[in-house]
Amino acid sequence: MKGNEALAEAALRAGCKCFFGYPITPQTEISAYLAKNMAKRGGTFLQAESEIAAVNMVLGASASGVRAMTSSSSPGISLKSEGISYLAGSDLPCVIVNVQRGGPGLGGIQPSQADYLQATKASGHGDFHILVYAPASVQETIDMTFTAFDTADRYRIPAMILSDGLLGQMMEPVVFPDIKAQITEKPWSCCGHKNERKHNIINSLYLCPDELEKSVRDRFEKYREIEKTCTDAELYLCDDAQIVVTAFGATARIAKSAVDIARSKGIKAGLFRPKTLYPFPKKELNNACAKAQRVLCVEMSMGQMVDDIKLALECRISVDFLGRTGGNIPSVKEVVDKITFIGKE
Amino acid sequence: MSVVFERPHALCDTPTHYCPGCTHGIIHRLVAEVIDEMEIEGETVGVCPVGCAVMAYDYFNCDMIEAPHGRAPAVATGVKRANPNLMVFTYQGDGDLAAIGTCETLHAAARGENITIIFVNNTIYGMTGGQMAPTTIPGQVTQTTPYGRDPKTQGFPLKMCEILAQMDGTALAQRVSVDSVAHIREAKKAIRKAFDNQKHKRGFSIVEVLSTCPTNWGMTPQESLERLRTEMIPYFPLGVYKDLPVWNGDGGED
Amino acid sequence: MLTEILISGFGGQGVLFAGKCLAQAGMLAGMNVSWLPSYGPEMRGGTANCSVCLSDEQIGSPLISEPDILIAMNTPSFDRFVNTVKSNGSIFVDSSITDRVSDRNDISCRYIPTSRIAQENELSGMANIILLGKVLKNCKDKLGGVTFETLKDSLEHIIPKTKSALIEKNIQALMLGMA
Repeated sequence: MKGNEALAEAALRAGCKCFFGYPITPQTEISAYLAKNMAKRGGTFLQAESEIAAVNMVLGASASGVRAMTSSSSPGISLKSEGISYLAGSDLPCVIVNVQRGGPGLGGIQPSQADYLQATKASGHGDFHILVYAPASVQETIDMTFTAFDTADRYRIPAMILSDGLLGQMMEPVVFPDIKAQITEKPWSCCGHKNERKHNIINSLYLCPDELEKSVRDRFEKYREIEKTCTDAELYLCDDAQIVVTAFGATARIAKSAVDIARSKGIKAGLFRPKTLYPFPKKELNNACAKAQRVLCVEMSMGQMVDDIKLALECRISVDFLGRTGGNIPSVKEVVDKITFIGKE
Repeated sequence: MSVVFERPHALCDTPTHYCPGCTHGIIHRLVAEVIDEMEIEGETVGVCPVGCAVMAYDYFNCDMIEAPHGRAPAVATGVKRANPNLMVFTYQGDGDLAAIGTCETLHAAARGENITIIFVNNTIYGMTGGQMAPTTIPGQVTQTTPYGRDPKTQGFPLKMCEILAQMDGTALAQRVSVDSVAHIREAKKAIRKAFDNQKHKRGFSIVEVLSTCPTNWGMTPQESLERLRTEMIPYFPLGVYKDLPVWNGDGGED
Repeated sequence: MLTEILISGFGGQGVLFAGKCLAQAGMLAGMNVSWLPSYGPEMRGGTANCSVCLSDEQIGSPLISEPDILIAMNTPSFDRFVNTVKSNGSIFVDSSITDRVSDRNDISCRYIPTSRIAQENELSGMANIILLGKVLKNCKDKLGGVTFETLKDSLEHIIPKTKSALIEKNIQALMLGMA
């Protein structure tokens, strides 16, 4: 199954009832799959007039208590950032998919990871975070879609699946896990009070600074909890690794192949792959780097994750960077050469 | 002793933040009366705009959602599509609906989205202190048209009912006013029709209510009502711009 | 074992489809597989290619920079990829579309006028599958569990029932390639 189609099917199985989207390459298969299948399975698919309208339709559907999703690629996510900020400020759960392509501007349509900073640091205005999941295979795209819906509901927070053109377009064999979506009660939702309770209000406006500060601080308390419970990473051959390669998503696949080749050449290399980008797996990274003398960060960008790696390691270990951008993908050979070069230093 | 006048149940017992002489209060009340009469408060969800009515969520007793600027029709679409049995209305001002949210408004109408829109047109941005609105009349002085709106440089106002009447998905497009008792009664009938339409799944209904802004017009409430009558109504004529034939009780579109 | 196969040609020659058959066959044989297309303007008549990985182990990079096997169905594909093929690798070229010949002597090269063969056998448009047949015949040891049987099953899987007439034709093309 194609990565994009697998994600769409996983969303349906995770109980997503509404999908609102707008066409953009390379995420189109998600919309196409849901257009074909969603109504049949009791959900609503609607192609919106814009990315902005789509994300706000998600806001409405989520506020009324159902699982909702929108998907786009990089330029479209910029348009959605207004809605993402309102969703976060209103404590509304939802899933936003970004099948990244090259930027800035219209950029290109080939795979990229240049929206790392946008996703993890600045997905909209204001003081907030969203969950960010970075799958590295089609199977993991499915697994993370389930997790994203469940976790978003549990903590009333928007969740992003940060995919890219490569993962979205590629096909791999997959197994859909036989798990039921965890249904969370939503007594806060605006679905009509049926004359049985006080009216609910979904809102992000607080004109009194103290009230706004309190609401933000409460939300940050929630983030502390999320950092404790939702952080996830993969450590590969890190136990004795002297050179730890860090990479997420599709790039981590390439890095893993490179680590294997480096090992076959006698270099003690390992791979650290954050599976959640927010919360960032700081502790896991430090564990991975217990014996490391050097760290090599590999990305499809100009190095957007490098600062997070350095901060998490408190700059104790020197961090090198290898990146390709604009839709180019680092090759296994490039990564092996860089590991070898660092190893000789 | 019999009660002859009381607050509609759908309005909260909360003092509003609206300025003295502002007609938002009347329009809120009309919406609330219709909700009471139709006994739909328990299954109604309202969507607030950004603008003066941003805090309407504190004034209506039904469930309320606050939307980003201009996006109320999209938010309402999300609510309605997720829960087709709910009654969903938006309450929007002119800047919200006819400038930043024009796209959302037109496309909700084009889809025949089965929602009710209360559009309050007072020809000015009130909340931000009186700037030119998409409905500011040529010659009208505002903070950002200090010499009066000049169509040569600032273009012309949008007449939303006339525009929306052209769309196939629109069931009702009607412009009313709240400057007199007769007009207020008419306005309520229109709002009732817009909610009835939704109940009978007839599609997109919009009621444009001409309203005043004494504060930002720099007028007394009486002068404001006079301006509404003598300047606004001639430019934005009252009337029914589109009304699909009366629903006859069978079928409906579903 | 990891075998990386790159299939490249014009949009419309069925390079993505051929890759899909191969990947599906690998999956049916219980191997780890990945299929990665080039996408975008290629879909509208330019050049298209896809990377297929077949492996006994988990697949790292699904992107192929040095293929073991290259199927080149036009001149631009030949020019772009022929020098990326691994030493001891194989190339299969549709010589009715391109007259390019490689001067490399560390790879095995086969030039087959598959488009013409397809046309002569009333299998027009199935040069891609004939080429798959050729690969199967000549690189059996590199394809793991992919056999005529699994490829046949895979065709039956991928081609929708509404177009079942095409299944038979594709199998014919496969056999023609293996002959």
